[in-house]
Amino acid sequence: MSAVLHSHGHDDHHGAPHGWQRWVFATNHKDIGTLYLLFAFTMLMVGGVLALLIRAELFQPGLQLVNPELFNQLTTMHGLIMVFGAIMPAFVGFANWMIPLQIGASDMAFARMNNFSFWLMIPAAVTLVSSFFMPGGAPAAGWTLYAPLTLQMGPSMDAGIFAMHLLGASSIMGSINIIVTILNMRAPGMTLMKMPMFVWTWLITAYLLIAVMPVLAGAITMTLTDRHFGTTFFNPAGGGDPIMYQHIFWFFGHPEVYIMILPAFGIISHIVPAFARKKLFGYASMVYATSSIAILSFIVWAHHMYATGMPVTGQLFFMYATMLISVPTGVKVFNWIATMWKGSMTFETPMLFAVGFIFVFTMGGFTGLILSMAPIDTQVQDTYYVVAHFHYVLVAGSLFAMFAGFYYWCPKWTGVMYNETRGQIHFWWTLISFNVTFFPMHFLGLAGMPRRYADYPMQFADFNMVASIGAFFFGFAQVYFFLFVVLPAMRGHGQKAAAKPWEAAEGLEWEVPSPAPFHTFETPPKLDATATRVIG
Amino acid sequence: MSDGFVVLKTNIEAIKVMKNNLFQKLTSGVLFFAAWASTAAWAVNDLPGGPAVRQLNLQPGATKIAQEQGWLHWFMLIICTVIFVAVFGVMFYSIWKHRKSVGHKSASFHESVKVEIAWTVIPFIIVILMALPATKAVVAQKDTSNADLTIKATGYQWKWGYDYLKGQGEGIAFISTLDNAQREMSNNGAKGVDIDNYLLKVDNPLVVPVNKKVRIITTANDVIHAFAVPSLGVKQDAIPGFVRDTWFRAEAVGDYYGQCQELCGKEHAYMPIHVKVLSAADYAAWVAGEQKKMAAKMDDPARVWSLADITKRGEKVYAANCAACHQPNGKGMGPIKPLDGSAVVLDEDKNKQIKVLLNGQNNLAMPSWKQLSDTDIAAVISFTKNNWSNKTGQLVQPADVKAAR
Repeated sequence: MSAVLHSHGHDDHHGAPHGWQRWVFATNHKDIGTLYLLFAFTMLMVGGVLALLIRAELFQPGLQLVNPELFNQLTTMHGLIMVFGAIMPAFVGFANWMIPLQIGASDMAFARMNNFSFWLMIPAAVTLVSSFFMPGGAPAAGWTLYAPLTLQMGPSMDAGIFAMHLLGASSIMGSINIIVTILNMRAPGMTLMKMPMFVWTWLITAYLLIAVMPVLAGAITMTLTDRHFGTTFFNPAGGGDPIMYQHIFWFFGHPEVYIMILPAFGIISHIVPAFARKKLFGYASMVYATSSIAILSFIVWAHHMYATGMPVTGQLFFMYATMLISVPTGVKVFNWIATMWKGSMTFETPMLFAVGFIFVFTMGGFTGLILSMAPIDTQVQDTYYVVAHFHYVLVAGSLFAMFAGFYYWCPKWTGVMYNETRGQIHFWWTLISFNVTFFPMHFLGLAGMPRRYADYPMQFADFNMVASIGAFFFGFAQVYFFLFVVLPAMRGHGQKAAAKPWEAAEGLEWEVPSPAPFHTFETPPKLDATATRVIG
Repeated sequence: MSDGFVVLKTNIEAIKVMKNNLFQKLTSGVLFFAAWASTAAWAVNDLPGGPAVRQLNLQPGATKIAQEQGWLHWFMLIICTVIFVAVFGVMFYSIWKHRKSVGHKSASFHESVKVEIAWTVIPFIIVILMALPATKAVVAQKDTSNADLTIKATGYQWKWGYDYLKGQGEGIAFISTLDNAQREMSNNGAKGVDIDNYLLKVDNPLVVPVNKKVRIITTANDVIHAFAVPSLGVKQDAIPGFVRDTWFRAEAVGDYYGQCQELCGKEHAYMPIHVKVLSAADYAAWVAGEQKKMAAKMDDPARVWSLADITKRGEKVYAANCAACHQPNGKGMGPIKPLDGSAVVLDEDKNKQIKVLLNGQNNLAMPSWKQLSDTDIAAVISFTKNNWSNKTGQLVQPADVKAAR
């Protein structure tokens, strides 16, 4: 039946859902993708406000706005919200929207579970954010929730743990959905080695998520029982070991870092070829590099813990393994540049963000290599150098890639082209203010300014002032992005987009009209030999 | 700040005058910014052994290890910069030449096994070359054997305790806390403060001899702290219930500063480390003086104090240990409970307050103070019971505390 209706171009044969029910009972991958993206952007704004409060406090030495206790709550909640509320859900949003379209599937494999994994995030986010209003305030033990400091926290710590459990459950369900969709629902002819890179990177990311989210759940559950049920896993007074918490946490935490960057690599691997008008260089080596990064991510966790005092062999092992990761990461950067080489490039906003990503993310990669050296890490561990490093990879990495992806796929999502001038303003404004904010932090860290400090020696004042000014510009750039780029596009203002608005874009998502109809690929499409075009 | 605005105004005037050419405008802009940056900044100087103003790189190393770390950082920075410039030179060349707008047509190649193997193997070799000097440094850093002096550094929320365990000065023990006046300045927004060692001044610095191998054993009383002194090249977490160690051999007499570098609660930013390195002779004199003071300070735990004496003693204990949270006025702050008018403090049963001090309260948000001597605890309780609006007239003797332990 659906084939008949499809041929008539009617896509709403289930009766198009209307009003609030469309969103609350959503089972359509596109609607759920939109929900994820809007949720993630909201959390980005919440986390951003916390970041600006931190930067406002650090604008000058001395305490002006917040007391040290609240300051710790701000840094902790900024980290938790950005990692678990903004970056991760945003990539799941991209996955929901693009994976079925890119592999020629009609929807995600488990449509109702998809709904559940999104709506679980709302109570989790509410619990997390509302912990600010609980007695004693929000959790203040850092986003890493190191024991035994967590054992001293008030009831909000339990709320935080509960929220993390919900978010973890949501992530696991989302990952199962993605894996099953990719492995079972590809259009005939799309073999694994013909899959688009974004699908590949998400397949690997989903496996990472399933492997490590339960590990985090274990660590925080043990924290919970230590707090309330008399266990002493991490409490030395009862024979527990606080460092054990760190080992468990970072066994989750390091793969988590790659969970937040691999899908970004996927997005960039679509945009660079599209705007260089040239096929992606070294597709196979991209797949192998991504897999190597994922596997290596499981054996490097203790490089976050050099300062805990590992034996010399432990430090050496983790140092070597960590340095090794730079090899496959380098391969990816070289492949992107080789894709650009002798291309025929244009620089619309998606490409600007992609090139910006490659350039600035690589700086974060190099500081990562420098940090991997245990003797240098002795100097800069837990200083602003680390803060600079992970913002270079998470903001200039993940966030820039998502901006690139938004501009690239926005015509497909909304049916209209975004405003190119405004997109370019957003790019340059973001790129410059990002570097003004975070580049001086390298200097602060090298000079020895510890992170998570509410107040600091006077010698650090100037760079902190510069960073704070940059941070506010960066924040306003994202408000501009939402009000003047995203909203008009969502309202359908702008030039109508063709099915394939980019001259050299490749992939099945460009084979359906713009905006993508509510239902797509209801019968599996027949593909050409490259699995990038529908031929019937 | 107001100075900054005056400069700003005068510079705007200056800019107005110089409307002649673009170059002049640009220079004056730069000068204006530099002037603004340096005056808006505080009139603060570099701190030898600590951070310098607008410092760009690691602090100058005062130990072989710290110098080695500095060298390694330069080594890595240079290699990374060279690679970065080379790789992005290629990218920007391509961006310049291979654009559609200059009429470049795209080539069709999309793989090359030879090239791909080359750019996997070459970085691998570079990484191995980087790892060699780093390995040497790790091994050296980790060798804590044959120390001349062993000191235990214990992290407390939020202060450091130092116990001289072995070597010259054995038996000396003291607590080192941030200067209370500086903590007050921080609360007041550090307005008009331009002191070079802001947040780094302690009451009792850790004193060590020059050119001797000093082994620091770290542990903690409550949560994880980190003992870190950048110019000496050491950073070691202090973990409750466990001991870890690190070492340094300072090559020059002087003062070296560090701060706690593992989030340890609300006063994390306020537990600095000040290492005072003395010549052998000065160190010996310091040890002799310390030992004499310790002998004199030995409290007779059986002594029965008068109210005036013990509250006087208690005032000092309060300033050093309690005022950071409970505030000098005893009113507390935010979640910190006030002592002024507190039911526990005013209670007839003095054991209630003794219990709180010995065992802590509220999940150790109020930590245990059992590391203080019986006399100190008795003194501070007596002080709080008879200060501000608290006028109980109650007197707690060291023997009461001893009995409650």
